[in-house]
Amino acid sequence: MSDAPASPEMSSAPGASSAREEILARVRAATAAAPAVEYAAPVRTRTAGSVDLFVERVADYRAVVERCHADELTQRVLAVVEGCSVVVPAGLRVEVPDAVLDTGLSALELDDIDAVVTEATVGIAETGTIVLDHGAGQGRRAITLVPDRHVCVVRADQVVADVQDAVAMLDPNRAQTWISGPSATSDIELNRVEGVHGPRHLHVIVVDG
Amino acid sequence: MGATFVGMPVFPVAARAALADTQLRHNLAHATGTIRGKRARVVGEVTDWEDLRTAGAAIKDVALADLEQHLVQLEARLTEQGAVVHWARDGDEANRIVADIAKAHQVDEVVKVKSMATQEIGLNEALAEEGIAAWETDLAELIVQLGDDLPSHILVPAIHRNRAEIRRIFLDRMSSAGRPAPATLTDDPPELAAAARLHLREKFLRAKMAVSGANFAVAETGTLVVVESEGNGRMCLTLPEVLVSVVGIEKVVPTWADLDVFLRLLPRSSTGERMNPYTSTWAGVTPGDGPQEVHVVLLDNGRTRALADDLGRQALRCIRCSACLNVCPVYERVGGHAYGSVYPGPIGAILNPLLHGVGENAQTDSLPYASSLCGACYEVCPVKIDIPSILVDLRAQVVDAHRGQRPKVEAVAMKGASATFGSAKRLGFAERFARLGTSMARRIPVASAWTGARDLPSGPTESFRAWWRRTDGGRNGGRGE
Repeated sequence: MSDAPASPEMSSAPGASSAREEILARVRAATAAAPAVEYAAPVRTRTAGSVDLFVERVADYRAVVERCHADELTQRVLAVVEGCSVVVPAGLRVEVPDAVLDTGLSALELDDIDAVVTEATVGIAETGTIVLDHGAGQGRRAITLVPDRHVCVVRADQVVADVQDAVAMLDPNRAQTWISGPSATSDIELNRVEGVHGPRHLHVIVVDG
Repeated sequence: MGATFVGMPVFPVAARAALADTQLRHNLAHATGTIRGKRARVVGEVTDWEDLRTAGAAIKDVALADLEQHLVQLEARLTEQGAVVHWARDGDEANRIVADIAKAHQVDEVVKVKSMATQEIGLNEALAEEGIAAWETDLAELIVQLGDDLPSHILVPAIHRNRAEIRRIFLDRMSSAGRPAPATLTDDPPELAAAARLHLREKFLRAKMAVSGANFAVAETGTLVVVESEGNGRMCLTLPEVLVSVVGIEKVVPTWADLDVFLRLLPRSSTGERMNPYTSTWAGVTPGDGPQEVHVVLLDNGRTRALADDLGRQALRCIRCSACLNVCPVYERVGGHAYGSVYPGPIGAILNPLLHGVGENAQTDSLPYASSLCGACYEVCPVKIDIPSILVDLRAQVVDAHRGQRPKVEAVAMKGASATFGSAKRLGFAERFARLGTSMARRIPVASAWTGARDLPSGPTESFRAWWRRTDGGRNGGRGE
């Protein structure tokens, strides 16, 4: 918006500040007699992130998942995207020949590209989830959304045990995307069907060493 | 886009009609049975599930007890990060804010992520009046919108439709909203999902403005969270230039760390998965990535009324997982439409009266009675909302609101029962006629209104007191002559 530090009054539509004051006054009145509540986060029993469990849980979502050694990585990635047009983000540490480097491609341009290769920020073993915070090697949110095949490289040392470990290390001020398997829906008779709007193919490569 | 809940009949009338629909009952029994099994399996995997529920309830209680401070903090963090914060006292005000933003950008269509708050306020209808088309992009919402139908479940609004019905709706209606369904479409679910993908993709790629809700809003950091499955949420939150999120004021959680608890509770309780396919988080505007104009509309619309109710306040903990619908014996048989609201099932039976107040509308007043008080909803609730106790309390509020009017037949009967049970002599007299009475009760019109919806057991051949006298309390052995 504007460069000036925006106060709520300045950034809101006319009349909005009176709505603001009225709602806050209602809230104050409604909670005046509410009992005080205390909450202490539950004591956690931390366990190491098991890469085996991570691999098993990612596969449960019908994503393709494989493990390889660092020196095989490029070859594995190329095998997955063979014959595909590919977009990559800046800072990707895998060399993909002929890939388009994302420089702000439009949604329509991305729609013509078959696959995207990225890294991730963290993997969660318990739930088989990969989290992208869209930094270097991960790129803008759109590039991992529009192409139909997402190849995601996760280093074994990025795998944590459970959701709380991931939450603790992620930056809430960065946009994040948590991905657990390919796009899916349960909207038809509550049966899970893979393949709606997001990438229909999720291919996770876990790199050891 | 004409269907609306306005003018729905009271629950018992609507329920009677729904119960007569065998297709509906079959679809519901199948779907709720499936989801109950999935939920039980993944909840069983979590050893500290009860601790998690307790934590979820406590975090929401902390958020609500100091809601003013949390809202002010949320507003400040959002504003610092480039979002424009609006406040809406009611649905009309929120709808006007969204329509004004759309008009300022001269768009005649918006794409929408599934959002209970925007359904509650009738945003799509309000935008339509301004000549703005609101395209629902969640598969179930699309089915409901194309079928000119009403949602019947919080998570799966088209739960009342089976695959054959969905195929028919896609074939008949998709062409009027954009890309038609392929003529060769079968009722195979992957094919139906693929048809929705093709139909909506052109809308996602050209959309200039999106409207979303939010599952959580973190006060400490100004982070909003949308939890979804299909990727339609990511499309709406990422591709358009302008994003407007309508967020109920009860969606606030105090800290980022609190999300841990809810991201473990919600997917397992709602879709019965360890984690839903996609969760998106964003804090205001991210330069060069996603919408560069971000609005957040903080919505009251009755929430402060619920907040003022000492017992009912806990209903605002609700994270809209819909586990209570899936286990409810009443919901499973009548479906969501009978509740006459976008919030059906046990949570709807308390939330609607709490948001709108009792004593004003017969339909709302009928909802606290739409329950057998079996308690299954309380047992599965991931934030431990004591729905049965609130139902009982709301029944009392409904009765109080109608005091001074002509007493109901039921109230007179209960008063009579109290007099009878209060005197041994009168009870003994009544017992002698109980067998005669119960068979007659089915025939006289006043009592049949009660027994029509309840099983009235046959009276015993002999009353307890007669048996006691005859057998000396069982000591002379007689089990009858």
